[in-house]
Amino acid sequence: MKIGPDDIRTVARLARLNLTPEEEASMVTTLDAILTYMETLNALDTTDIEPTAHIIDLETPWRADEVTNEANTEALLANAPARDGNHFRVPKIID
Amino acid sequence: MNPDLDRYEGVIGLEVHAEMLTASKIFCGCSAAFGAPPNDNTCPVCLGMPGVLPVLNRRVVEFAVRAGLAIDCRIARRNRWARKNYFYPDLCKGYQISQFELPICEGGYLDIHVDETTKRVHLTRIHMEEDTGKNIHDAHGDSSLVDFNRSGVPLLEIVSEPEMSSPAEAGAYLRKLRTLVQYLGICDGNMEEGSFRCDANVSVRLRGATELGVKVEVKNMNSFRAVEKAIAFELERQADTLDDGGHLVQETRLWDADREETRSMRSKESAHDYRYFPDPDLPPIILSEDFIETIRRALPELPDARRERFVSAFGLPAYDAEVLTSRRDLAEYFEAVVAAHGNAKAASNWIMGDIIRLIHERKLDDAPIITDWPVPAANLAALIALIDEGTISGKIAKTVFEEMLTSDESPRAIVERKGLVQMSDESAIQAVIDEVLAASPDKVAEYRGGKEKLQGFFVGQVMKATGGKANPPLVNKLLMAKLKA
Repeated sequence: MKIGPDDIRTVARLARLNLTPEEEASMVTTLDAILTYMETLNALDTTDIEPTAHIIDLETPWRADEVTNEANTEALLANAPARDGNHFRVPKIID
Repeated sequence: MNPDLDRYEGVIGLEVHAEMLTASKIFCGCSAAFGAPPNDNTCPVCLGMPGVLPVLNRRVVEFAVRAGLAIDCRIARRNRWARKNYFYPDLCKGYQISQFELPICEGGYLDIHVDETTKRVHLTRIHMEEDTGKNIHDAHGDSSLVDFNRSGVPLLEIVSEPEMSSPAEAGAYLRKLRTLVQYLGICDGNMEEGSFRCDANVSVRLRGATELGVKVEVKNMNSFRAVEKAIAFELERQADTLDDGGHLVQETRLWDADREETRSMRSKESAHDYRYFPDPDLPPIILSEDFIETIRRALPELPDARRERFVSAFGLPAYDAEVLTSRRDLAEYFEAVVAAHGNAKAASNWIMGDIIRLIHERKLDDAPIITDWPVPAANLAALIALIDEGTISGKIAKTVFEEMLTSDESPRAIVERKGLVQMSDESAIQAVIDEVLAASPDKVAEYRGGKEKLQGFFVGQVMKATGGKANPPLVNKLLMAKLKA
C-alpha cells in the first residue's frame, strides 16, 4: 500500500473535507491505485529531461499596466451568501 | 542587554513583502490603489470566481527584474508560477499565486553599515506573488468581514539569508532595502499602511556554534522600531529559556506593540503544508536578454552610486554623502537646494545639522516619504545665498532660519522686516570698535602685552553691540588693524 488511512485523513483535513469512515476506506483504495500508476511513470529515466512547468509551449502572455476595470461592487457582492454593507461577511475567524 | 546574550549569538533572517507601485493588479485590470471603498477594486478574477483566467501585468515582471538587477541577483531567464494552497477567508481562491521553484531572482546582497563596520548580507531569493484580501475581525460578534481590494495587488517577496546577528543589523538591512525600493520606484515603503511588511526568523545558538538553533517566526511588526524591539525581545526570551534548561519550539509568534512582547500564535493544526504545484493557468515567464538589458539601461541612479557622485561632484566628505543618500527624498532635497544655489558644502552643513535635527524632533526619521520639509528647498537655498553674498552673517542666518520655520516669507523678506541686514559699513563698525576698546582699556593693555587670545573677547563685544549684525570678517580685519596700531 502506498497510502494509509492517516494520509487520507490529513489530505481530507487540508482540503476541508469531512469523510465518513466508508468514504475514507474507499479513498484509500482509489488513491492507492493512482499512486501505484505513478510508479509506472517513475520507471522512466528522466535524468536529462528538464522538468515540465507547463504543457503548452507559450511565450509569456502579458498585458500593459492599465486600469481597465470599473467598480462593479453591487453585481459582485450579489454572489455572496452574506454581506455587510460593501463587505463580504464570513463566519468568524479565530487564529 | 541581558548578560545571557553574551553566551549566545542571534541568527536573524528577514522576509520582506513589498507592495509594488503598479497602477493595476497583478493578474487583472483592477486598480491597485490603496484606500478605495470596500470591494470597489475587485472583479471576477481577483475574487476567485470559477472559470476566470489570470493575465500577467508586464510591469510586475519589470519591477522584479529592476529589483534583482539593483541587488545583483541572478535573473532567471525562465521562471514559473506556483499555487500555494491554504484556506483562509482573505484568500478567495483557496490558493495564492506565487513562485516556489524557479523564482525570478536568486542570490544578490546588500551591504549594511552598523557601528562603523560594513557587513554584507546575502539574499536567498526575490519572487513575485499576489497579495491577499483583508479581514476585519472585531466588527460583529459571530462574523468577520472581508475586503478584497488588496487581493491581487502585486507583491515582491525579498528573503534574506539568516546572516544578521543583532536587532541593529536587522534594522540597518531593512532601512537599506526600503531606501533601495524607493529609489527604484517600485514600492512606497510605507510600513504603517502595510505596503512594506517584514517578518523575522529568529534563533539563537551558543557563540561559535555552527549548527542553527530552533527557529521562531515573528510577525506583526509595523515599524522599523517594532522590528528591532521584537527581535531584541525574542533573542532574550530564547536565551533565557535555554539558560533555564527549557526547550524552544518552532512556532510563529506575534509582536504585541502595547505590551512589548512576542506571544505564541495559537498553533495552526499542523505544520505548514502548502502543497505547491505549478499553476496550470499561467505559462512560464521567459525573459529575453533584450528585456533585461532594456531594464538595466533604464535603472535610476542607486544610493551607492549617488553617494559616490556626491563625494566626487560636490566634494562632500564620505560621511555627509552617506547620510544625505540614506533616503531618496533627503538626497533629492539636497540636490534641489544645490540646484537653486550652488554652494553644496553649505547646503550639506545646513541639512546635516538643522534639517536632520528637526526631522528627528518631528519623528519623521522612519516616515516613508517626507514632503513637508521644515523649510522648502528653495528657501534654504535663498538663505545660503544671503550668507554667501554677505547680506547676513552665519550667526544671523540661524535667527532667520528659526523664523523661517513658522513663516512662509522668503528669507530676504524676513531679513528686511526684522532689520537683520549685515552691517558692512566700515566707518560704522569702526565706531563700534572704538567704543568697545575704550570701555576696556585694561583688556587692551593685556592684549598688547601678548595675551592675543583676547581678540575673541573683543569680537564678541562688537557682535553684541551690533546685535550680531556686524560682518564678522570685516570686524576681524578692522579690529586687528586697530589693536596692532
